[in-house]
Amino acid sequence: MKALRDVFGDTLVSLGSTNPDVVVLDADLANSTKADKFAMAYPARFLQMGIAEQNCVGVAVGLASLGFVPWLSSFTVFFTHRAIDPIRMLVAQTQANVKIGAAYAGLMTGLTGKTHQDVQDLAIMRAMPDMTVLAPADAIEGEAIIRWATEYEGPVFVRLARDASADVFDQEYRFVPGRTISLKEGGDVLLISTGPQSVRCLQAAELLQGQGISAGVLHVPSIKPVNKEEIVKAAEKVKLVVTVEEHSIYGGLGGLVAEILSEASPRRVIRFGIEDRWGESAPNDYLLDAFRMSPARLGERIQKLVA
Amino acid sequence: MTSTTDYQELEALARKGRWLAISTVAGSGAGHVGGPFSAMDIMVALYFRVMKVRPEEPKWPERDRFILSKGHSSIGQYVVMALRGFLPVEELKTFDKGGSRLQGHPDVTKLPGLETSTGSLGQGLSVGLGFALGARMRGQKFHTFVMMGDGELQEGMIWEALHIAPRYKLGNLTAILDWNGLQQFGWVLAINEQHRGDRRDPWSGIDLRGTFEKLGWRCLEINGHDFSQIVPALESAKASGDSDQPTMIIAHTIKGKGVHFTEGKHEWHSKVATKEELKIVAAQLGIVEAGV
Repeated sequence: MKALRDVFGDTLVSLGSTNPDVVVLDADLANSTKADKFAMAYPARFLQMGIAEQNCVGVAVGLASLGFVPWLSSFTVFFTHRAIDPIRMLVAQTQANVKIGAAYAGLMTGLTGKTHQDVQDLAIMRAMPDMTVLAPADAIEGEAIIRWATEYEGPVFVRLARDASADVFDQEYRFVPGRTISLKEGGDVLLISTGPQSVRCLQAAELLQGQGISAGVLHVPSIKPVNKEEIVKAAEKVKLVVTVEEHSIYGGLGGLVAEILSEASPRRVIRFGIEDRWGESAPNDYLLDAFRMSPARLGERIQKLVA
Repeated sequence: MTSTTDYQELEALARKGRWLAISTVAGSGAGHVGGPFSAMDIMVALYFRVMKVRPEEPKWPERDRFILSKGHSSIGQYVVMALRGFLPVEELKTFDKGGSRLQGHPDVTKLPGLETSTGSLGQGLSVGLGFALGARMRGQKFHTFVMMGDGELQEGMIWEALHIAPRYKLGNLTAILDWNGLQQFGWVLAINEQHRGDRRDPWSGIDLRGTFEKLGWRCLEINGHDFSQIVPALESAKASGDSDQPTMIIAHTIKGKGVHFTEGKHEWHSKVATKEELKIVAAQLGIVEAGV
């Protein structure tokens, strides 16, 4: 169990030792995102761009065209909201080989409150042609995704939660773009989730098992591209589909699943996530409870649904 | 090398470029004229005299890089690239038409020879900064030129790049400010207020040169329509590629420069010339093969 921000910093350091083209551009948050580990290891390839996210994105595009593999380090919200236009025009529209290390994604951003929480990023990035959008659940998947993104030629957005989640994968794990992963089979209800929320869904499913409810969990680390057939197949095996995400219920994973199923296999889809409101400064446990995303709260909600 | 006659060829190319730009826009039924005309002389100097480029090998790694950050002046860049041999002059007719390599704003995924996509203003200097920084890290000797408009300079992202480039001591980066003093709509004049154009200069009364210098840029100030000033300034900037200071060339220009009725007129920001107007343009630019 390791915080995803430490996974980010450590994996960059490891990549830096084998790939001299890996560079990191930071918008003055490296000690939060843990890109500072790369700065210590390879100071000449760590480019401080100051508190200026738009320029940071543009410089990365220039470096990518010379064959560098630039990783960007800042908070998710500053990429998807402040620097979205250069990400749109310079990165996605030109298919630039730029990797967006979107740190502090979701609600749990270390007591920063709604100004720094980003629960719209998946909706925004998913609507962007030529962008690959990934959301790892745990440390092992996080490292695998960061390594895969570095090898892949093209823009990648990696949604990285700040903190740790319980390990669900082992060292055999291999990331495959588009692939969904069944963490648990179940016949009554299928929880479809992404990022560390998948781990909380698994914990909720285990609670539900004790109450006689058979809940499956399907983890979707690859929001775009995504294997639609796998989602359809998994949905067709159960009575009820519930999407769960640490993200707005609008346009993210819930939107994705509803779009796929409404076309291929129409059925009822319940979306759990951040309803139409902003977050607040609070400890993680408080937020998970308040937004009804903790394993216990999820268990209660599912129980009511299937009752 | 710097005699007056030496620039006659460039002047003739600039006249031809202006003709191709305004007639192409007329053919497409939409596009910009004022901005391409104010930038034309500098782009001709860059592509024909200052930058080392290989039109037959647009990805040549040692090429100098040019980014037209004011992407709405794309037709100006396309005609200069066509005259230089990057694309057939005939292809200009496809401008803005479906399936064309010549999009309304420069698209690097479509036309070889472009270095990035521009159009949403204020973004080109950052990419150029990335080229210059990467060149230093790789030990490559090419020079990067980025042309921006003075209206575009209102975009905050440019000021982010203006702050960062001197910190990295990028002498291999040159920004060119096409200061034509007019933007699309702009600030209207007060009653009885006088100005060289018919609208207020976006930066009137502001010491831009002093501001750039204080940020750490080496500044050169030129008449952007006089090749005897343009070429030496660009060559001086390029010659200082190993220095520790980026160069800002402040080019005083006239929007719509080259034809009497487009000069200094904000409405020619984007306007389509009529057949009658094209005849006048051809005559003023000395174009004999115009066929209008």
